[in-house]
Amino acid sequence: MVESLDQLFVNLKHWALGFLPEALQPLVSAVLSIVPLVAVFGGLFAIVTIFERKGLGRIQNRYGPNRVGIPFTDIRLAGFGQFIPDGIKALIKEDVVPRAADKVVHFLAPVVLLIPVLLTYAVLPIGRNMTVVDFDAGVLFFFSVGAAVEISVFMAGWSSRNKYSLLGAMRGIAQMISYEIPLILSAVTVIMLVGSLKTSDIVAAQAGFTAGLPNWFVLTPWGFAGFVMFLIAALAESNRAPFDLPEAESELIAGYFTEYSGFKFALFFLGEYLGMFAIIGLGITLFLGGWHAPFPFLTWVPSYVWFMTKLLAIVFFFIWVRGTLPRLRMDQLMSFAWKFMIPMALINLVVAAVWHFMAGTGAARWVVCALLIAGPYVLLGRGLMENKHLGKRTYRFAD
Amino acid sequence: MENAQAYLFYVFAALAVICAIMVVANPFSRSPVTSAMFLVLTMGCLAGLFTLLHAFFLAAVQILVYAGAVMVLFLFVIMLLDLKEEQRRQVKSLSLVAGLVSVGAILAIFVRSLIATKPGEGALANVEGSTSKLGKLLFTQYLLPFEIVSVLLLVAMVGVVLLSKKDLK
Repeated sequence: MVESLDQLFVNLKHWALGFLPEALQPLVSAVLSIVPLVAVFGGLFAIVTIFERKGLGRIQNRYGPNRVGIPFTDIRLAGFGQFIPDGIKALIKEDVVPRAADKVVHFLAPVVLLIPVLLTYAVLPIGRNMTVVDFDAGVLFFFSVGAAVEISVFMAGWSSRNKYSLLGAMRGIAQMISYEIPLILSAVTVIMLVGSLKTSDIVAAQAGFTAGLPNWFVLTPWGFAGFVMFLIAALAESNRAPFDLPEAESELIAGYFTEYSGFKFALFFLGEYLGMFAIIGLGITLFLGGWHAPFPFLTWVPSYVWFMTKLLAIVFFFIWVRGTLPRLRMDQLMSFAWKFMIPMALINLVVAAVWHFMAGTGAARWVVCALLIAGPYVLLGRGLMENKHLGKRTYRFAD
Repeated sequence: MENAQAYLFYVFAALAVICAIMVVANPFSRSPVTSAMFLVLTMGCLAGLFTLLHAFFLAAVQILVYAGAVMVLFLFVIMLLDLKEEQRRQVKSLSLVAGLVSVGAILAIFVRSLIATKPGEGALANVEGSTSKLGKLLFTQYLLPFEIVSVLLLVAMVGVVLLSKKDLK
């Protein structure tokens, strides 16, 4: 029973394929893998936008959307129907293209954003036996396809012939290139210890429990440091606060997609959110045990439920961060990436190697690895703060 | 299935050649950005060819390094310098000769290696594009070229740091 619930979707697909002639099967199999994935994550996008607006509303002491429910009925759903009018609005708005714009590039930019982002879902294991294509260089494929996002940002910013768009694109690309390095370096630690670029192998390496705790990589010293760096870099890669300089509303209107309206704007919006889900999914696969359950007595819950739960938890964390932290300055952003994140990621690589070669020494390797991370962390942080004389912060309240 | 792969090879190969021509001799637009975009497409087609050879690792690296990193830096420079449409220039005879000589030399190398290899038995037929095998070859048999390339990249990096420093001490 538990087994069949876990494999429900896999079995459903095989059952449906059984009715088809042999020649059609590979094609229909691919379609049956892709369509539900796009539908589920598209639906998740719709719900998360409301979730985010309501969450930010709570954090900022207001209500957020709470009116719209199912159209033509009195059911309100606490505002969770908001995405329906939002989508209709995006569809029927006029599509304005600036006269000076490079029309072809301007049209292609949202497409170039969305297609690679959708391709990245191909290698994410969202459940047991539920990876669309599970091939040799999975993690590398994820990063290489994700690199096309930068080209899309450039295309959007450059083709609009607008200074704000161009400035936004410049900031966006500089930020994405800088944070891609710690992102990949923190992922490399996992690849090094698992010895495979295959996402299913990485998930399989985190199976099982020791002393009631799961064998996830986040519960090791290098894995914890790697996961924190991965999350920070993922925030920057998906252009979310506090790293949302490319679209800083108060300075740049909307950054590189200032000159987009109607459905193209919605596509950018969709692409950003899907990119965020994908990169969180990769983080879950690399550090949080993929679809594995966190405790031995919870293994009966289907694997895809665990993946989605972890995904939503991190999405909530991202919303929380957005509601809490102010935006960084551009130079702070860059120096944080190059002077702190990249050295720490490189040190973390060495620590992962030390962890690998100290296997079998028990508690000693925990102490050594934790010290090897904590020491440079403190020294690097102190060193960077040395010449900055920050006084004690004082607050002035209105009388 | 075999047929489909052959057709895909021709599609990717033709697209790669067409896009490469469009990079240097685009009849519709002289904008450097259009050329850069076509270069991205060429890289994509080359990655497709690698995939057809079952070299998934190489295909992914091709996209990551060339389409991702190198091209984005090109585009960044274009964006920073705000290059206008290139004017058609008179080709100097010296640069023409130099270009023809270098193209001829590369062509000669290609033709020679094409004649030297018999179909079906490449020098690296045993690699099969698998990541770990490729890594082992790189760090054993081809260690020296690999290290030389690394040193070259390091020299370039040091050079950039040196050039971008305003006042040398």
